[in-house]
Amino acid sequence: MKRDPLARKGLLRRLPEAWRQPLAVAGVVIALGWLVIALTAPLLAPHDPLAQDLPRLAAPGPGHWFGTDQLGRDILSRVMYGARVSIPLTVVLVALSLVIGGLLGACAGYFGKWVDESIMRLADLVFAFPTVILAMVVAAALGPSLTNAVLAVLVVAWPAYARVTRGLVLGVREREFVLSGRLLGFSAWRSLRVDVLPNVTGPILVLATLDIGTALLLLSGLSFLGLGAKPPSPEWGAMVSSGVEVFDSWWVATFPGLAILTVVLAFNFLGDTLRDALDPRTARAIKERAL
Amino acid sequence: MPEKDVAVAAVPRPARRRRGVPPLARFLIRRILMALLLAWGITLVTFVLTNLVPGDPVAANLGQRALGDPAIVAQWRTEHGLDKPLWEQYALHLGGVVQGDLGMSQQSHRPVAEDLAEYVPATLELAGVAIAISLVLGVAFGVVAALRRDRLADHVLRVLSLVGISVPTFWLALVAFYVFFFRLQITPGSGRVDPALGAPPGVTGLQTVDALLAGRWDIFTSAVGHLITPALVLALYTIGLLTRFTRSAVLEVLGQDYVRAARAKGLPGRVILFRYVLRSALVPIITVAGLAFGSLLSGTVLVEAIFAWPGIGQYAYKSATSLDLPAVMGVGLVVGVVYLAINLIVDVLYGVIDPRVRLQ
Repeated sequence: MKRDPLARKGLLRRLPEAWRQPLAVAGVVIALGWLVIALTAPLLAPHDPLAQDLPRLAAPGPGHWFGTDQLGRDILSRVMYGARVSIPLTVVLVALSLVIGGLLGACAGYFGKWVDESIMRLADLVFAFPTVILAMVVAAALGPSLTNAVLAVLVVAWPAYARVTRGLVLGVREREFVLSGRLLGFSAWRSLRVDVLPNVTGPILVLATLDIGTALLLLSGLSFLGLGAKPPSPEWGAMVSSGVEVFDSWWVATFPGLAILTVVLAFNFLGDTLRDALDPRTARAIKERAL
Repeated sequence: MPEKDVAVAAVPRPARRRRGVPPLARFLIRRILMALLLAWGITLVTFVLTNLVPGDPVAANLGQRALGDPAIVAQWRTEHGLDKPLWEQYALHLGGVVQGDLGMSQQSHRPVAEDLAEYVPATLELAGVAIAISLVLGVAFGVVAALRRDRLADHVLRVLSLVGISVPTFWLALVAFYVFFFRLQITPGSGRVDPALGAPPGVTGLQTVDALLAGRWDIFTSAVGHLITPALVLALYTIGLLTRFTRSAVLEVLGQDYVRAARAKGLPGRVILFRYVLRSALVPIITVAGLAFGSLLSGTVLVEAIFAWPGIGQYAYKSATSLDLPAVMGVGLVVGVVYLAINLIVDVLYGVIDPRVRLQ
């Protein structure tokens, strides 16, 4: 960890400045707002999100500010509870793809040869499909459920981390402090853990921030297609989907959609600013991978 | 795609001529071989997903009563080659795919390949218009943002493009349909053309082109009217993407010495922009446009369903919601191969435009 102090200091010096940018502040504020809603939904929500005791398809008004859906459920309460479904799942999803993709990419970059070849060709194969299409194909094969949708997104999400991590590890692998570690007798794993990984985490975390938005869009998209959350669940994508049937009652789909938009926007605001604060070369690598 | 690495780590190396094959040809051969390998990989993925993951295909395809009769089950397994070893099943599957056999759709009871052939032109028309809109607007916005760096226009475009990549496409489609069709009634409703006019005689399958070929101006305007809203909805994400990317590509070129030299010798700004800056910035932009096409194809699945656009997106949506696995896999296979082909074309273009790429 103590090796290459300059790189770490440089990153730390730049980060606080980035966090002060208006877009980053907006992103943090919106994201924290949603976090509070997710944590306190049972206290904040005016109604039970599953109770069907209100008039059906009532327009927004006093008592039900976001209106009610075709089963007489309060949309405001459902949107609030939806934060408890979508946000934790998305964070877990991104964390998992970061760990899986990051480890595979680090191995590929560090060990090279057939390890590199086999991992990266697998990543190429995933990149050969447009993301929603592959996620849809995997989710359909596994059978519709929220867990399977998460698995499907995981399948399409890990290669981006593998590529970025591999590229960064390749850049660090031959540096003196890594080589001197090996000469001191560090095993490959210790060298990877102690010398290499700490020096590549910054850009990968930025990629993860940007990826939260993409992952949420994918996950809610799968639910919209009926391949994710099952009906009574107040998942936002599934709620938009139920609004399609009654599209003249605009509020049914509009509010859950706005919820998705604001969460994704918050993380894109934050990620975009953080990315600009990174070293331009790694920043560009991330930008191209984040497609 | 490894060619993305090229932009990052392009180190000009002296051309090494091997066996007398010119570098461009070698580059093309390498890219085509890689694309073929990936296409083979795509068939492997769809095979694994259809045959291994969902458990028992017999249970999925036979009714309750038939399942109780071992003779029928055994016969069904033999008929579909399920009693053969896995590698043989895959060989059969691959042979079928190569001959255009993608299995039967459980929903339409027609061959999936036939279904897809019917729907592909509609999607190509929609995605083609959307990518054209995205390229024009995305590049224009990106250039403006780069030239007005850190001024108001740049900040506004930054926020707008971030909004563009953050909007859930399926939701935006619904909102656009509601606002423009249902409320304001300024756009026609669903479908590709006004049903009263009827479809133009099919030549290319692209109804705007077919209408023009048939000299039917009324059908052409109707088709364009039907096309414009879904295409714009679809394009929003890629516009945002291309704006951000063009901005950084142009900024990078603006800092180059030869641009400064062009300025110093007093060339007019327009000439510098088009001949010096855009020309070299376009190379990475084209690569991104190829990748952006993938997100367009993804988007059609979410957009076509709402606009009742009879393309593969809607077909995929219907197949996914009814869990029609052969149809879903067929879509995955075809879209994967189309995407691969487009990126191959982009790669080739890239190699033709930028000599440095060939030397990798």
